[in-house]
Parts: sequence; structure tokens; C-alpha cells
Amino acid sequence: MLIPCPYCGVRDAREFTYLGDATVRRPDPAAPDAAEAFHAYVNLRDNPAGPHSEHWYHGAGCRRWLVVTRDTRTHAVLGAAFAGEAGA
Amino acid sequence: MSRLPSGGLIDRTQSLAFSFDGRSYAGHSGDTLASALLANGVRLVGRSFKYHRPRGIVTAGAHEPNALVEMRTGARREPNTRATTQELYASLEAASQNRWPSPAFDLMSANRGAGRFLGAGFYYKPSMGPAGGWERLYEPLIRHAAGLGRASALHDPDAYETAFAHCDVLVIGAGPAGLMAARAAGRAGARVILADGDLRLGGSLLSRRAVIGDAPAGAFAAGILAELAAMPDVRLMPRTTIFGAYDGGTYGALERVADHLPAPLPFTPRQRAWTINARRTVLATGALDRPIVFPGNDRPGVMSAVALTAYAVRYGVAAGATAAVFSAHDDAVAAALEAAEAGVRIAAIVDVRAAVHPVLAGRAKAAGIRLIQGEVIGTRGKTLSAITVRTPSGIETLAVDTLGVSGGLTPDLGLACHLGGRPVYDAARATFLPGPLPPGMNAAGAVVGRFGLAESLADGQAAGLAAAADAGFSAPPPALPRIDEAGFAAPSRSAPHSAESATAFWHVAAKGTAFVDQQNDVTAKDIAIAHAEGFRAVELMKRYTTLGMATDQGKTSSLAGLAMMAELTGLSLPETGTTTFRPPAVPVAIGALAGHHRGADFRPVRPTPTHGWAKAQGAVFVETGLWLRAQYFPRPGESGWRQSVDREVNATRAGVGLVDASTFGKIDLQGPDVGTLLDRVYINTFSTLPVGKARYGVMLREDGFVLDDGTTGRLADARYIMTTTTANAAKVYQHLAFCLDVLWPELDVTLASVTEQWAQISISGPHARAVLAQVVDGQDVSDAALPFMGAIEATVLGGIGARIFRLSFAGELGYEIAVPADAGTVLVEALMAAGRDFGITPYGTEALGVMRIEKGHVSGNELNGQTTAADLGLGRMASKRKDHIGRVMSERPALADPDRPMLVGVKPVDPAAVLRAGAHFLKIGAPAATAHDEGYLTSACHSPTLGHAIGLGFLKHGAKRHGERVRAFDPVRGADIEVEVCAPAFIDPQGERQRG
Amino acid sequence: MSARFSLLGLVADALRGPSALKPHWRDAAPKPAYDVVVVGGGGHGLATAYYLAKEHGIANVAVLEKAHVGSGNAGRNTTIIRSNYLLPGNEPFYEASMKLWEGLEQDLNYNAMVSQRGVLNLFHSDAQRDAYARRGNAMILAGADAELLDRDGVRALAPFLDFDTARFPIKGGLLQRRGGTARHDAVVWGYARGADRRGVDIVQKCEVTGFLREGERVTGVETTRGPIRAQKVALAVAGSTSRLARLLDLRLPIESHCLQAFVSEGLKPLIPGVVTFGMGHFYVSQSDKGGLVFGGDIEGYNSYAQRGNLPVVADVCEGGMALMPMIGRLRMLRAWGGLVDMSMDGSPIIDTGPLPGLYLNAGWNYGGFKATPASGWCFAHTIATDAPHALNAGFRLDRFRTGAVIDEKGVGAQPNLH
Repeated sequence: MLIPCPYCGVRDAREFTYLGDATVRRPDPAAPDAAEAFHAYVNLRDNPAGPHSEHWYHGAGCRRWLVVTRDTRTHAVLGAAFAGEAGA
Repeated sequence: MSRLPSGGLIDRTQSLAFSFDGRSYAGHSGDTLASALLANGVRLVGRSFKYHRPRGIVTAGAHEPNALVEMRTGARREPNTRATTQELYASLEAASQNRWPSPAFDLMSANRGAGRFLGAGFYYKPSMGPAGGWERLYEPLIRHAAGLGRASALHDPDAYETAFAHCDVLVIGAGPAGLMAARAAGRAGARVILADGDLRLGGSLLSRRAVIGDAPAGAFAAGILAELAAMPDVRLMPRTTIFGAYDGGTYGALERVADHLPAPLPFTPRQRAWTINARRTVLATGALDRPIVFPGNDRPGVMSAVALTAYAVRYGVAAGATAAVFSAHDDAVAAALEAAEAGVRIAAIVDVRAAVHPVLAGRAKAAGIRLIQGEVIGTRGKTLSAITVRTPSGIETLAVDTLGVSGGLTPDLGLACHLGGRPVYDAARATFLPGPLPPGMNAAGAVVGRFGLAESLADGQAAGLAAAADAGFSAPPPALPRIDEAGFAAPSRSAPHSAESATAFWHVAAKGTAFVDQQNDVTAKDIAIAHAEGFRAVELMKRYTTLGMATDQGKTSSLAGLAMMAELTGLSLPETGTTTFRPPAVPVAIGALAGHHRGADFRPVRPTPTHGWAKAQGAVFVETGLWLRAQYFPRPGESGWRQSVDREVNATRAGVGLVDASTFGKIDLQGPDVGTLLDRVYINTFSTLPVGKARYGVMLREDGFVLDDGTTGRLADARYIMTTTTANAAKVYQHLAFCLDVLWPELDVTLASVTEQWAQISISGPHARAVLAQVVDGQDVSDAALPFMGAIEATVLGGIGARIFRLSFAGELGYEIAVPADAGTVLVEALMAAGRDFGITPYGTEALGVMRIEKGHVSGNELNGQTTAADLGLGRMASKRKDHIGRVMSERPALADPDRPMLVGVKPVDPAAVLRAGAHFLKIGAPAATAHDEGYLTSACHSPTLGHAIGLGFLKHGAKRHGERVRAFDPVRGADIEVEVCAPAFIDPQGERQRG
Repeated sequence: MSARFSLLGLVADALRGPSALKPHWRDAAPKPAYDVVVVGGGGHGLATAYYLAKEHGIANVAVLEKAHVGSGNAGRNTTIIRSNYLLPGNEPFYEASMKLWEGLEQDLNYNAMVSQRGVLNLFHSDAQRDAYARRGNAMILAGADAELLDRDGVRALAPFLDFDTARFPIKGGLLQRRGGTARHDAVVWGYARGADRRGVDIVQKCEVTGFLREGERVTGVETTRGPIRAQKVALAVAGSTSRLARLLDLRLPIESHCLQAFVSEGLKPLIPGVVTFGMGHFYVSQSDKGGLVFGGDIEGYNSYAQRGNLPVVADVCEGGMALMPMIGRLRMLRAWGGLVDMSMDGSPIIDTGPLPGLYLNAGWNYGGFKATPASGWCFAHTIATDAPHALNAGFRLDRFRTGAVIDEKGVGAQPNLH
């Protein structure tokens, strides 16, 4: 699998570390429903069979966190962007 | 069964002596072991898996099911090598396998008599008389009888390599289509790799007698290869098998660098595993001819018709004295005629069809070969001596010692299916063709059913051009070579292949044992059993009968089995489907895939900056992750590690000791928002930390459990240096980067990992300050100027930039002095010199561990990812005035449960007793059962300071139980003792020493 | 219904020929309604149906399987059975499973080739030794067997390991002698046959495409073979749990990942039991057919593709060569990729709910095979009594909310690290 790092170019996936779902957002810890919201943030996943937006860390490259869009059925990498710039 | 007088791509001037089963033979350079054995009349080469039936050579390729041999001897003994691909070399030694004592006389062939009871499903049913009969009786018997070759059980003495390659167009297979594809892509300017498992590139052009243009096929291939070799961006990779298609245009390949030699040459690997990244791929793996299932079809002497021809044309070997061919399609008939032209005596061609192509029929007649419409229904002889043929006019027996069989052509399409594509059935060609191809792959030639030579050449060229164009290299199509198909009536002209020339013919309906999978001894009857017992889905049939699970992965067997099941179920072949094709397409040595990652080179070593110095001091080292750290420094006369460690501890506590602490993770954080970031990742507050001070901090995962701990100092208003545990250095850096990139991109902080850039030496003990004072460049290190938890920048040893942190893991007056890594040895030597008068003692990780347990500092054993800050007694550090990662979830009921085991100290009631980490705590008198498990001992040591064993652990309600006795239950080490619970700090609980 | 298997029967069958043989289980057509519908015809689903019938007298049960029985992870694993877990939420359950394995063949009248040749986990440092001691002691507390071997003890069992040049020296191992392997397909077939003999309908080529609902309550399933009503709908579709949960608008603490496994060419007996490496991702045993069956880490990214990539292949082979350099010349014959439910704490879920009428058996990570008997037994209990048994009391779904997680590795809510 190859990942097109926006800084380093197309690189072997071995250079990256996977974290997971990039669609979840850290909730407001002061909100009244924070306990439930954090449970959902940390534990619950859509886990789609299809395009998946996910965090990868380019540890053997630029050391940036990326949001990679990848199809979980085919492993086709559909795109990659810096986490901060992906609307994250 | 002899060498033909002429022909073949062998060097008849070179005779190579070799041995098989201890007997000596000779072959030629260019032979495979199989061709050399056939040339010497060796027809019986092994025994089958289950019934130990005698078996001979069937194919001339990598899909050989029978001729698997043990190659070489000693530590290089290698089981299950295909004689059909093993290149002959001088003094080659090979042996048949799965026979005892010899392939000709095998005692285990008794299984054969029992065969009627050992059919499919036998394993699952004999349930089993007495309880445990399986384990005591059947299982060891089956296990003993199982398997093919014998591994050496010795460490493989050869080296392996892994390598990477990149190209625009990867062409897989160097037969007619592959050669044309590579040439077209190469001429267009693409970077091309042409890989083929064979030593000689050319594929079927080498083993058939076609004429292309005016040249024999072999010369045509040589011409293309010469052109390719001259192209700078084309890489020819013979002896290299592409074994797998992976994601993103990645292909796995195995290059057999030295398998054609007695042993690898010095400094070269035996094999090399390649990862090839290709923008486009042309699959040109060709087709295999497939067997026909008929009674007696496993008798040595029965082989593939194409192989019979290949042995004659390529190797100049007649596989037998008199052969017949049993065919169901015209290409097999043509192949038989070519074998005859090459000098093999072909007595008859038995074809199941009503008519073969009239031109072929005419050629057969001209060559004096009988053409019989019929079916082979039986064979005779220990090795083949006769076949029985059923014709419309009756039964006939033919005395032949060799039978070439071909029921049709099966594309070798595994690589097309590795990414999930399913083959599709082509009724016209009576075979499965590749379905949807992997991204970036084209396929050409016989693998997509274009079996004729002319169409294969054209198809290959078109695919090569298309692949190059897709990769951005366009070129006009070159003219195709001329193939005079109209003239194939003349000798040495290939027949055109048409869909109508084949018929779907899988098996002969006749009595007698007929094998579908020769290696695994799956018979036609086994298919019927699977059907009757409900194992009809192809995957169930495969698993129940083991059809297709042999080393050829069903290449010679699956399709016939599927077709026979389809006949029984009444379903069509497309409805029946195929089993899944998975990598590797051919078996690959495990050593090659591992490359050089074995032994001491399994993983890299991270030496600390003072490694060489410690080694010179006689240190014993210990693996700490990838690091090697000094474990202890034995001195002459010491009887064992304990004595050394006790000395190191005592010397440190009484005087001063020194340890290399460089392995702790170090992260340099700069920017106006570092304090804000640290407040959010640590449970305690760092934004208020004064410049020049350090603070111990605990960070949590978002799920509320402890992630890591360490000391972070503030060197300037906008600059902090964080220390992490050795184990979590990379993980914490990644976590901080996540916080900055993902959670709070608005924070202005820059991170740098500086673990490797700094050597960090810790000195501890009452004389530490006096030692430090001698290495600093005039810096005031008095208690007032550098108080406990002070963190300053200074220079040492005449201008070496340094950072000095006043802290101690050992619980003494202590300093950690960091200098650039290349100054680490200089610093440690200077500290040793400065401390000589105080008896400064280097210590290792063991003494460090003892002192931190005595002090009650938690470490990796306690920070095991399952503990909370409260479990560790650190809960009160958490600031209530701010949020931090993990705060919300650390308040979940199960994490806030007062019943959770929490950190305690323990000491044995019997002061002579030994404590070992891993013991569980039980109430005294309680049964030893999970329900009464109250916690466990995480760390334990002998405390030389106290003179007895001490330990740290987690115990339910531990904080309230100081003074209580509990059991430390350690049955795996035969220990069960009483311990007294105490506070987790055995020395200096008020911390007076470190503040001294 | 097929007859009981016996040695005598085997001889008789052989003499009569295939025409006298009967299917091991009926290929049932679905009825419109059942007491219980179990979704998933793998080992866990079939075992659940078997124990519902055997232990609870509930035989009006259908097992729905989208392909054929055992076509998922039950047929794609490394066949290891063991009860060598650390945490009290896990170990008693797995030990109960081990005890069921020990009587399984008699119980099912089917030879599942349960072979207790031992499971040996190697350690390479003092810290690992102590961690394995803690584990071994926990096993003994739960009634399992465990022995801590030193280096010589390991050498006696496995002299072919690299004791001399290893980057991470072998210092000893934790041995569970009762651990071993079982023939995975036979387990599936044995449970299928056993359930069928007790009246359970095994419905193959029947894919669940939706759920029947009455308000919150789940009252049945929509399938490719029509709607099927049920008082209770039980999911046992590890690997695909999220796909079905999505049809119910449920989000679960599960990600789907790929785990590769490998088998070598057939060899004469070479490796005595199961051996695992402590400093890399590699474990191995030898099958009854002689192939080395080995595996390592999961691929590490969400995947439904059922195939892996070369980095893990290399990583596993590196571990193998580091541990036992004798395997260098042996060949990998086949690799396959399984689709596994990785949960947020690395432990499974066997629970009622989370909707009325629904029951959940999921999150088996890469270790579901060994759990098959106890999973079926406990799930059957949970379905029949609407409450978990003590053995699966820790496997409830709400533990992720409450924090009562069972995290053997201590890596937190990150599935690819478990």
C-alpha cells in the first residue's frame, strides 16, 4: 500500500503509523453530556465497508498526522491531506 | 527414456555428475533435475501423501505435484523441491521423499490396501471407541504418517536478502506475450522489468517447435532478449518468480540467486525477495495443460502431454521409449507431433473428440502415428507398461511406457485474482479466464485464453503498448512478426488455436481408482463421497477432501474436481465457482521473506552514548526494547549479579554512583503555547512552572488510564524539555504531535525528538554535588542556586553545552547532566575522575531498579497500561482547575471504583524469604481461586539497604491495609509466602535525602 | 438425520460406497418463524445453536449463513486452543472453553482432532518472565495448568530454537500443556451436525439484509431468502458485526481488521506443539497434515478486504527466522486474510441487547477460535435466560461506558494495538 503524503510524496505505508477513524471529534469536556460524548468519541465507530477517513502518522517521514481516505474493501487510497488542513 | 541424439537447450559438452537416492547419474548443463532423471531412465521419484503410491514426473514446471525431492544434505537439506524447476549442477545430491525405505519398496504403502477406508472424511468419523482414542491412538499415527519431506531441523546456514525495485511496466512472464509486451514498452521508453521464474527467458518458445518469421521460436526469443538487454531502462530478471500481487501496484518476487549452485558464492545470498512497485503490469503467465482423470492415471510414466514435448524439445530427452498421447484438444495433438519430430517415438494419439483438425490428422498419418478416437480407461505396470483404450469399436491395449495427457489448457491466472478478482468461466474455451484485473494490470496471451502463438504475440505487443501509454510513454505499434499459420501443415509450424478446437473433457467414466489430486491422493470417489455427505460447496469439498491443498495449490487438480462436483450437483461450472486464489502463487522460502532479519540482526541495536565506555568497564548488558543498557558492572571476585548489584546500591547510597540515563525519551518543546499544551496532556499543571525548574508529571490516555510519566523542565519562557520513559518515547512524541496536528492546531508549539541527540548521565548519592561541582564551568550548584527540581542550562568541561536537572530516580541527592551525545563518554570519564576520591561507582539497570523500588517510584511494571493515576497513588496530583486528556473518562465508575487494587509496598514476614514479581495476593486462609484474587506483585528485589526482600504491587483497598499480612501466591515458581503490606516507600519517605 | 459415527459404521460405509452415505447435516430451507434466529454459521453461531438445543431445550432455532457453514473465520484461523489469559474477566471463561474442548469429540460424536500438545510462550527478559509468572499464576487460580520453564526447560522441548545468536535471547517460557490445536473445519462440521441432529435448521446461502422491528424490539430478520420472524435474534458474525449493526443504526466499540495467517508445505513432524515468540509477532504449530501453520500481527488498518500485504508477511517471517532459523529453507505455501472484529479493549462481547430481542456475540479480535465452545455455551445461556452467565459477566457491552474494560495488553481503546 502506498500513501501520497502531501509533504513527502508517495511513500510506502510502512513509514506510517495507523490510528483510526478521523471523523470523530474530541467533545467539549465541560458539556453536561461529556461522559457520554467521550464514550462515543473514544469507543464507538462507524467502521464502514467502503471509503474511510482515517488518521495516519508519518513517523518515518515528516512526522505529521495525515487524514487519509481509503476504501476498506479494496485498500485503494483515495487521498491524503495534513490533519490540520483536512477540515479536521 | 533416454537422451535424444540431438536438440535441446543443453550443453552436451558439459557432463554434470549428480546423485539421486544415493545412485550416481550424469546430465548436462541446461538440464533440470527432472530432465536429467528422465534422461537416465529414472521414472519412479517419490510416493504420494496418503497412500504412499509410487509416483513419477508429471510436468516440466513449477506446478509439479509429484516429483518433489529433498535437495542437498545436512543443514542445507531442503524438502519438497520440485525436480522440474531445480537446475542441475555438478555434484547435485537429491533424494526421494515420503517413502521408507525406498520409493520402489515402501512399507507405508500398506495404506494403499486400507485405501477404501481412508477416503474423504475418514479423519472425522471414527469417533472413537474408548474416550481419548483419538489423542492416544489415531492422532499420533496420522501425525507420524503425515507430511512430505523432512526439514533439516538445523539452522539454515545461507543468507537471504530483501530488495526493492520500481518500474513503469512490470511484465510477468517471458513467454511469447511477455517478450512482446516488454519489447513494446521498452521501445516506448518505459522503465520495464521483465521477470520470469525460469533461468532461460522465452517460455513456451523454448519448448515448442514453432517458426516465427523465418526463425525458429528459440532464435526469435533470443533476438528480442538481445534487444531488451541493450535497453538501459529494461531490467531482465530471470530465475525470478512474481509470487504475489498486493495493494497499490506492489508485487512480491523471489529471485533464486544461488539455487543452481552447490552453495551460494561468498557474500551473496541464496535467494532475494523483491518488493516491486509498478505503475502498470502486464500479466503474461501463460497456460498450463490440465490432466484428465482416468483409472490408473497416477502410474509413473503418465505425464502432461506438453511436458512430454518440452522434455523432447528443450532438453533433448525422450521421456520414454514408446509414448502415446491422450488428448482432448488440438494443441495437445500438435504438441505430440512436435515431440515426434524431435525424436520421441509416438505410437498413437488417443483423442476423445470425433475429429481432430484435418491438417494435424494428415501430419500424424504422415509421421506414422495412429490417431485413435477413444478414451484411456486403464494403465498397467509398476511403471507404465501398457494402457487400455476404449474406442467406439471396442477395448484395445497399447504397449507404451509413457502417456502424455492433456485435457485442455488452463490459464495460470492466480496473480490476476490475488486482489479479489474472481475467474470467469469461458464456455467456448472450456476454461476459467481472469475476471476483473487488479488496478493497473493488463493481461495478455494464453493467460487470457489467447492460446495460439500468433494471437499471443499480437496480444502481448498490444498490452505492452497500452501499459506503457498508461504510464505516459507512447509509441507507434511496431510491425508484428509473420507467422505462417496457413502453412502449418508443414513440419515445424504451430497450429492456430481456435475455440472450437477444444472440448470440455474432465474425466473418463470407467471403473478403477482415478486420481484428481495426485499429491494428496484425492480420487474421483472422494469427490462422490463429499457430494453424498453434503460437502458440495467448492470450499467445503476442498476442505473435506483436501483437493487442491497440495503444494501445487490445485493447479493440476482443482478444475477437474470442480467439474466433477458440478456434474454430481447438476450445477454449471460458473455456478459451482472456484476456490480463492491467494498468494504466494508459488511456494516461497520463509528465509527469503525474512531477508537478513535473523540472529543478531533481527532488529537493530541502539547503543547508549556511553556504551563503549561501559563495555570497557566490563559491564553486562541487557536488552531494553532496542536499547542495550548496562545491567551491572561485575568486579573481580564477585560471585554473581546479586553481589555486584548490592555493592552498586550501597556505594551509591553511601557515596555516589553514576548511571547512563540517556535512553529516557527527550522532547524539546518550543513556542508560546507549550504551557497550555502541557496542561492539557499532563494531569498536573506545567504552565505555572517557573523557568529553571522541573516537575514530575503524569499523562493519561483519553480513556483515563495512565499513558506515561516523567519529568519536564522549563528552560525558558517558551521552551520546555520533556522526559518520557524509555519504552514510551516514540509513543509520547506521536501523542503530542496528534494533540498539535489534530486536536488543537491553533496552539503554537514546535516539537523535536532529541532522545538521540543528548547523552544524559545521572549521578546520585550524598557526594553527588561535590562531583558535579568539579565538572561544571564555574556554575554555582549549591542547594540555593540549584535546588531540588532545578533545571538549568550550563556548560561543563570547558565549554560543552549542558543541561542539569536536579532530580534522582534513586531517591538520593542527584543530578542528571545532559550533554550532546558525542560528548557522553567524555562526560562520564570526567565524572568518574571527579568522583574517584568519593569512590564513585557506575551502576546499571539492576541497581537503578532496586533503588527505585526502595524509594517507591513507579516504573514500567506499574505503568502497564491497565492502571489509573489513583491506582498508582498519584491521583491527588491531578489539577481540578483544568481539563486534561483522559480526565473525563478517568471519572468513569469502574476507574473510580474504590475496590480497585492500588499501589502498596510489601515485605516478607520471614526476612529470609524471596519475593518475585508476578505473585498474586490472596487473603490468608482464602481459597486459591480467581474469585479471591486481590492483586499482584509488580516489582520485587532484595534491598541491600534494608537487608531483606521488598516489593511493590497492587492490592485491593491497599491504602487501608498497611500492616496487614497477605499471601503472595506464586505457584508457577513453587512459592507461597506471607507478606506484610506497607506504604510504597521503603527509604526516606519524606524525601530528605534528595532535598539535601 | 445421519447416523451416529462409529468405527463399525466407517467400515460398513466403505464397503457400501458413496451412494450409502448421507449428508452430515440437512441443507434446510428457512421456515417463516423460529424461537431463536442465530445469524452467522461459523463455529460460534453453530455452537450457540447446539447448546441452545442441548442445554436449554430450545431447538426451534435457525442458523442463517450467507455462504456455507464455516466460510468465515472458523475456516481461516491457526487452530490454536489455549486458556492462558491474564485477567480475571477472561481466564475463567477460556478455561471453561478448554474443558469443553476436552470433552468435545465425545459430546459431538465427531472427531475434531483436539490435540493437546502444549502451548509455549517464550520470554526474553526478566520483566517478561515476571509478566508471564503473573499470567501463569492467574491461570492456576482459575483452575488451568501452567508451568514456568527456564531456558533449559525450553531447550528440552524445542532444541531447534536459536539459543545462541538471538538478538533477544530466550530466557524461558510459559507452558500450558493442555493447550494445543484442533481441526478448525471439523469443529464447525461437528457442531453443525450436532445442532442438526437436535432439530436446528442450518440455512445456508441466506444473507441477512435487514431486521424486522416492532418499535425498539427486534422481531426477526430480512434475508435473501425472505423475512424470518424470531422471538430472539442473535448475532454471531464476528468480522461483519458492524455491517449488521449499521442496519440497526448501532455504533459499536469495534473495528474490522485483517489478520493474515500462513501455512508451509507439508513436512514430516518437526515442531512439537504451539510456540510463540516474545519479541516479535510470530507463532507456529504443525498441522496433522504436516504443514507449519503460523501467523503474527494484524495488518493494523481498518479493512474488509480479507487480504493482507507484504510488510506483515515479512514481519512474521522475520520473527520466525529469529526464533527458529531452521525454517529458512521451508516454503510458505499459502497465505490468507481473515476479517476480524477488533474491539476497543481486545476482549469480546457476549451480551443481551443492546436492543430488546437482540443478542450480541462479537469482538473476538484475533482469538475467537479457541473460544468457540464456551462462546456458544455462554451465548446460549445468555439468550435462553436473558442474562449473562458468570463466565461471560465481564463481556458486557456497557463495560466500555463504565470503564470495566478487559485490556490484556494495556494499550487502551486502540483496536489495532490489541
